[in-house]
Amino acid sequence: MLRTITLAIGVACAALPAFARDQVSDFTLDNGMQVVVIEDHRAPVVTHMVWYRAGSADEQPGVSGVAHFLEHLLFKGTETLEPGEFSATVAANGGRDNAFTSYDYTAYYQRVAADRLELMMTMESDRMVNLQLSEEDILTERDVIIEERNQRVENNPGALFREQMSAAQYLNHRYGVPIIGWRHEMETLDLQDALAYYTQFYAPNNAILVVAGDVQPDEVLDLAQKYYGTIPANPDLPERTRPSEPPQTSARRMTFSDPRVAQPYLTRSYLAPERNSDDQKTAAALTLLAEVLGGAQTSVLNQKLQFEQQKVVYVGAWYSGTSLDKTTFNLTVVPVPGLSLEEAEQELDQAVADFIETGVDEEQLDRIKMQLRASQIYARDDVEKMANRYGRALTSGLTIADIQTWPDVLQAVSSEEIIAAAEMVFDKRKSVTGWLTATDLTAEEITQ
Amino acid sequence: MKTLGLRTALVIVGFFIALPASAEIDIKEVTSAGGINAWLVEEPSIPFVALELRFRGGTSLDEAGKRGATNLMVGLLEEGAGNLDAQGFAREAEALAAQFSYSSHGDGVSVSARFLTENRTEALELLRLSLIEPTFPQDAVERVRAQVLSGLRSGLKDPNKIAGRALNAQVYGDHPYATSGDGTIDSVSALTRDDLVTAHKNALALDRLYVSAVGDITAEELGPLLDALLGALPETGAPLVGPADLTLAGGTAVVDFDTPQSVALWAQPGIDREDPDFFAAYVMNVVLGGGGFESRLMTEVREKRGLTYGVYSYLVGRDQANLYMGSVASANDRVGEAITVIRDEWAKLATEGATEDEVSRAKALLTGAYPLRFDGNGSIAGIMVGMQVDGMPIDYIATRNDQVNAVTVEDVNRVASDLLDPDALTFVVVGKPEGI
Repeated sequence: MLRTITLAIGVACAALPAFARDQVSDFTLDNGMQVVVIEDHRAPVVTHMVWYRAGSADEQPGVSGVAHFLEHLLFKGTETLEPGEFSATVAANGGRDNAFTSYDYTAYYQRVAADRLELMMTMESDRMVNLQLSEEDILTERDVIIEERNQRVENNPGALFREQMSAAQYLNHRYGVPIIGWRHEMETLDLQDALAYYTQFYAPNNAILVVAGDVQPDEVLDLAQKYYGTIPANPDLPERTRPSEPPQTSARRMTFSDPRVAQPYLTRSYLAPERNSDDQKTAAALTLLAEVLGGAQTSVLNQKLQFEQQKVVYVGAWYSGTSLDKTTFNLTVVPVPGLSLEEAEQELDQAVADFIETGVDEEQLDRIKMQLRASQIYARDDVEKMANRYGRALTSGLTIADIQTWPDVLQAVSSEEIIAAAEMVFDKRKSVTGWLTATDLTAEEITQ
Repeated sequence: MKTLGLRTALVIVGFFIALPASAEIDIKEVTSAGGINAWLVEEPSIPFVALELRFRGGTSLDEAGKRGATNLMVGLLEEGAGNLDAQGFAREAEALAAQFSYSSHGDGVSVSARFLTENRTEALELLRLSLIEPTFPQDAVERVRAQVLSGLRSGLKDPNKIAGRALNAQVYGDHPYATSGDGTIDSVSALTRDDLVTAHKNALALDRLYVSAVGDITAEELGPLLDALLGALPETGAPLVGPADLTLAGGTAVVDFDTPQSVALWAQPGIDREDPDFFAAYVMNVVLGGGGFESRLMTEVREKRGLTYGVYSYLVGRDQANLYMGSVASANDRVGEAITVIRDEWAKLATEGATEDEVSRAKALLTGAYPLRFDGNGSIAGIMVGMQVDGMPIDYIATRNDQVNAVTVEDVNRVASDLLDPDALTFVVVGKPEGI
């Protein structure tokens, strides 16, 4: 879909290719803008992206959704471009363009023939600082984002449930507020809200240029200096600190009921550390823990709950460590018909406890590490995906060196470290457990 | 051509094709000694191969009363094969880091594989087991059946799925396209292991197979590997179904479903890919509702009125039917207005036509975007197998943009007048739409 929001649910983080060391160059312009070039000369195509170190979690209280709203408004014209002309020009040049917003970043990209790179830089650098908005643009586009919320969230009980789960998990940090915004706040977003966010965060010293494809690094650098290098840095760019979570000392539970739920399930999230620069070991162990527990067909929870006991239709574990602040480790179980969520939860807890007791099967760990090594080969087939990984990691507080050592850090994780990570993260006092059901269980209890 | 046992020389026909953005895709046509035909692009720079297999027919081959058999069968191919049970098969695939995916749809069964050069033979032997020697163990049947049933139950409460089912039922009469290839809760619950064995024989056969490969493999290597992988498939499968009779009476049907945003789908008769006016229709659709933000529907429904997040139209070319379809989603109190605007735009293009400028912008978008698709081994393999299924010549990639560029504004307007049929435009709306 167009102008999308990155889904709030993370997926297990795959490894970055070792070859990246040879194919990736990086520079910093005098105004502080970071430049990353990823070469792939198989096809004469380029992906041009600008990532801002600003996402929904950088919003002020009361204007939730403004980061994403502004992302839409960046297509509404500048001093030199008419509303809609940006995308129309990309299309007229045979390219496609889009943008996406997440908690920690907002990114804009075009994919186009490599000889059109300069035109893309002309336009993208222009809208970094020269946006022109009218009141009318604001009102129509606000209707569009509300329809987007209808489509992604209001029409989908699973999405409404996940929104409540995040809100319950984060008491103080903005990760508890949906990227798209709370509906009642979206309805009041105005021009001043959008412009305030724009002036605060859209500046070269808060941006990363990622260019991937059939390009030479020195040519990209020359163009970047010409178009982005001339934009003055914002001297008032605030330091990126956010309210942090207080220690969680008590398990939280919730039940979300909606008659549109056809398949009840339960999910548990645990507050978990994220990847940090020069300190990725714990995140690597948690990444492998998610793979061992719920990654594939032969994972521990699948084998036990789906194959041996036949208690679940689906079970999964995932952890996304690429995050600026504290992230979560999640477990999800879809019970077979006839098994209550309460029973399913007991089975899940028992299976996790048994795993910590038994330890990691070394053969399974070898298979996972083999797949991680292979993923470095398969990743070379998709340079766009690689560009995304760099953008996400760099806007999440990591460095190029962190990205490039990550595969080695993953390979070095031992089975003891995985168990230690499990003992650390699976602390119920730091968890939220949510049940998604079709009927209101609490109401039933009252009438009984 | 598929004479087994008769050894013929390896046939390789090469085509160097210059893409508009000056990429060169060198497609070789390979015929194995066993008579299996494949399109190959050698790309040795990354040590893996993307292999695509497509079997024509798919879920339309389900026998009477066995709806969902092909879908369930395909879901079980890697859940027990040869001497391996589901876990054993998965362990082998994981250890080789081979990636297999199997899927089915109304016109075919698709198999996508990616495997490393370093263990290519072992990976293909594993893939062979799943295609030739699936065992459909009863415990796996029950486990995967439960997953399919879970998906079917969810589909009953998903407005997009409800809309798709309602429209298909209305349009396709008694053709298999009228019902979901996933089956119903009743039909899937009743399927037996024998039904799956039959579905396997019916769907996977040499007489309906298309193959493409891209990556670190030569034509000389590919032929014998294909014979080893696929040579033991039966020569013929079940007869393919015939054309669908379409019922497109116009009007708007409402399916009541309690959700805040209505989902609307619409359809009218489409155009065959072989039709001389196909490319003109293709360009016309970009003007109306295909492509990006610049289409008339996006401009009128989203950009000017803010009635939706997305509105699209698309030409649907299936093996046995051609439709021209579209979709939109709007809040219950606004969907009526969205549909009115869409109907008006449909009629307006039919009567007034497009402008020279719109047509040239649509052509620039189509011709420029085309080479962007050829951006990886996996995507090129997918495109090449699709071309074979659609009966396109091997040099199609080189001529495709010329065919787009040859379309004139007169062509587009003639097709708009002939093809666009506001009276036949049939809507299904799922939700609580107001004023419809």
